[in-house]
Amino acid sequence: MAELKMKEESVMNEAVRTTEQQNQESGIVQSSRSVFEAKDFNLWYGDNHALQNINLTFNENEISAIIGPSGCGKSTFIKSLNRMVELVPVVHTEGDIVYRDQNIFDKSLTVEELRTKVGMVFQKPNPFPKSIYDNVAYGARVHGIRKKKVLDEIVEKSLRGAAIWDEVKDRLNANAYGLSGGQQQRICIARALAIEPDVILMDEPTSALDPISTTKIEDLMQQLKEKYSIIVVTHNMQQAARISDKTAFFYQGYVVEHDDTKVIFENPKDKRTEDYVSGRFG
Amino acid sequence: MQLVDKDQVSKSLGGRLFFNKFMKVLFLLCTMVGLVVLVTLIVDTVLDGWDHLTWDFLTSFSSSRPESAGIYGAIIGSIWLMAVTAPVAIILSVGTALYLEEYAPKNKITNFITVNISNLAGVPSVVFGLLGLTIFVRQLSLGNSVMAAGLTLALMIMPVIVVASQEAIRAVPGSVREASTGMGATKWQTVSRIILPAAIPGIITGIILALSRAIGETAPLVVIGVPVSLLVTPNSVFDTFQALPMQIYNWVKMPQEEFQYLTAAGIIILLLILFLMNSVAIFIRNKYSKRF
Amino acid sequence: MSEYNIREMIQNNKNNKSTKFVEKAVPTILFIITSVSILTTIGILYTLLSETFIFFTRVPFIEFITATEWNAFSADPTFGIIALVMGTLKIVLISTIVAVPVGLGAAVYLSEYASDRVRRIIKPILEILAGIPTVVYGTFAITFVTPLIREMFPGVSLYNAISPGVVVGIMIVPMIASLSEDAMSSVPRSTREGSLGLGATRFETVLKVVLPAAASGIIASFVLGISRAIGETMIVSIAAGSTPGADFDLSTSLQTMTGFIVQVTSGDAAFGTDLYYSLYAVGMTLFIFTLVMNLAAQWITRRFKEEY
Repeated sequence: MAELKMKEESVMNEAVRTTEQQNQESGIVQSSRSVFEAKDFNLWYGDNHALQNINLTFNENEISAIIGPSGCGKSTFIKSLNRMVELVPVVHTEGDIVYRDQNIFDKSLTVEELRTKVGMVFQKPNPFPKSIYDNVAYGARVHGIRKKKVLDEIVEKSLRGAAIWDEVKDRLNANAYGLSGGQQQRICIARALAIEPDVILMDEPTSALDPISTTKIEDLMQQLKEKYSIIVVTHNMQQAARISDKTAFFYQGYVVEHDDTKVIFENPKDKRTEDYVSGRFG
Repeated sequence: MQLVDKDQVSKSLGGRLFFNKFMKVLFLLCTMVGLVVLVTLIVDTVLDGWDHLTWDFLTSFSSSRPESAGIYGAIIGSIWLMAVTAPVAIILSVGTALYLEEYAPKNKITNFITVNISNLAGVPSVVFGLLGLTIFVRQLSLGNSVMAAGLTLALMIMPVIVVASQEAIRAVPGSVREASTGMGATKWQTVSRIILPAAIPGIITGIILALSRAIGETAPLVVIGVPVSLLVTPNSVFDTFQALPMQIYNWVKMPQEEFQYLTAAGIIILLLILFLMNSVAIFIRNKYSKRF
Repeated sequence: MSEYNIREMIQNNKNNKSTKFVEKAVPTILFIITSVSILTTIGILYTLLSETFIFFTRVPFIEFITATEWNAFSADPTFGIIALVMGTLKIVLISTIVAVPVGLGAAVYLSEYASDRVRRIIKPILEILAGIPTVVYGTFAITFVTPLIREMFPGVSLYNAISPGVVVGIMIVPMIASLSEDAMSSVPRSTREGSLGLGATRFETVLKVVLPAAASGIIASFVLGISRAIGETMIVSIAAGSTPGADFDLSTSLQTMTGFIVQVTSGDAAFGTDLYYSLYAVGMTLFIFTLVMNLAAQWITRRFKEEY
């Protein structure tokens, strides 16, 4: 048993080393394994070529930010990672996105399975018109967990994980619509945490919130990255600079630059990145 | 040179303003017509029927002698009728609405189904009666039973419930749907656990309003041949029955003046039932209307 | 902290057979349910067409559409649909004269003049009015409106076109009012402000800006209202009489297409007689009339849909 574990660890270490080597070759300094990797990924809305030759790697236990002016494809890209973008009927894609060694477009991986592992938090808080408890327990129930005891524990753990347990523990049966916007968004995060995803995608999670709620969500993200990998789209550059480890700058459907956040904001290589982060357009 | 003669403008303004007031009053009167008719109808009916609204009236069967005629059989019959119409209409309509909103591909066939449903909504009820008479009463040999009439009315009110349900389903915001899909819920899980519960108040309102139309519907029952005098209540859905609007229609045609009072009393009962159903519908609508 | 491994539990439930089966079966089941609406239309067409066809093997089609007399119950019957169509048209004419101005006036008031509070009182009243069963309206016509009319115009007989016509008109007022109001409400506020800002009065704005902009929806509401009047059955059965005739007299007894169907089916039309089959020929004619009106209303709404 112990031997097996050691073996696993050494395999993991090896894997980490290989990715590190690869990354050093490609010029990006990385410290851990990748969770998502887009390879020559293209996407069209009908005739509109919205994403062009995207090559990006996202790492474990990091917060990766995607920034760029509106219409640059950043939301489209993050929704491609859990294949939510396909809900738009005219979308078609080319190229690959690899999630932990598995192509997400491969038939062997169902979209339901992918979305179970890759959770999502949306731009506007979108709780279900149900009680707080039922909101958080929803995913577990959908995935066949019915025991009250287990559900109770999942709900408490997830609400604690989303730093909202103390605010709602006395009214778990109240409708989630009665909460403030910031609280609703944290319920949505709790709801996503409840099925213990591997990656959490966040599509402008604070754009509909006031500054105080935004701070709370940002603090929460810092805690969450200990256990989860987070990819966040934001139009707020200060936010990207504050919270993320890596930042990718999207412009007109291309990735212009992808690097450590510090580099992107302090010493960008591309002129367009510099113009954007210094507020000259966007 | 001045193109606009300012004196002229201000001189004509008084007339224009008066005309505006006048038309406003006229439009208000148009709006009041409905109210006046409603009040007249109710007062007239209550004056005629109130004295005949006795316990005996409620508990007696129909009779050719006005003094002993009652509405018991008709009330029980109408309840039986709704017991068939409601479940059939609900299953057909909600199923159709879910298919059209959630599953139907955007193609010619779907478009045809939608146009067809709005045309069905415009088919006169008496034509539905002919359908029921030919298919249910004769070809399926159901006779003038609760089942034959119930199925006919179910088909008749189906388009109304479909449209109401479609609107209710469409009112569920896409963001909620995304949230469920984004957690790995399947299509049907999202539909059955999120969308349907959220749309239920709107759907129920539509169902109640449609059923209140069905319960007062007379023409298809006449065509199907629902009897006007019967001294038993049905024991099964394959028995024949009486119905409230049929009873009223029968009485209003009677030459004896005494029957006119029974007609009014019967109408009071029918309107009370409708009023009750509508109140429930309005209550549900107001209670749940502002949720998103 | 947790004694349960959630990821593992989810993974174990992944291949739940019943979930997968339901997922596959539901669209099929729903499609089958949906097809009932198509089957209903096919049923109506089949019913009407097959029996009408038999009718025309017995009564010449030419007689049906050209003869002006309808004596279905006599020993030597004539089947001239014109007599019944005329009856229907009389009712439609009177009801339109009542319903169009009143309905449109109410719609203008509700959409352009009424405060929110007034609207909240009036609209439920219109809804109640729309929900009153036609048998009740019919009773109202014969017991209240007819005596009233006969008092004012003593020459009018007990069964006439005016009383049921007026009541049918009142019945369709809520429909015209609410559909027209919807059409007017969808005219953007900025369009109105453009006119009001130039110093036009409310009424001038309604007449010159709102009504033209909402015209297609309003006309469609008239057409749908007329379609309802054509198909209206109980009011005319109770208050219009049962004397078909291709005349223009509004003060005497008449019969509409719907009234005839009710009259025949109220009695026992022996299966297989000319009278029995004539039921379907009349039903078919009625169906065509209303279908044409409904399609026309849809066409008007689509064809002249205003883009804001």
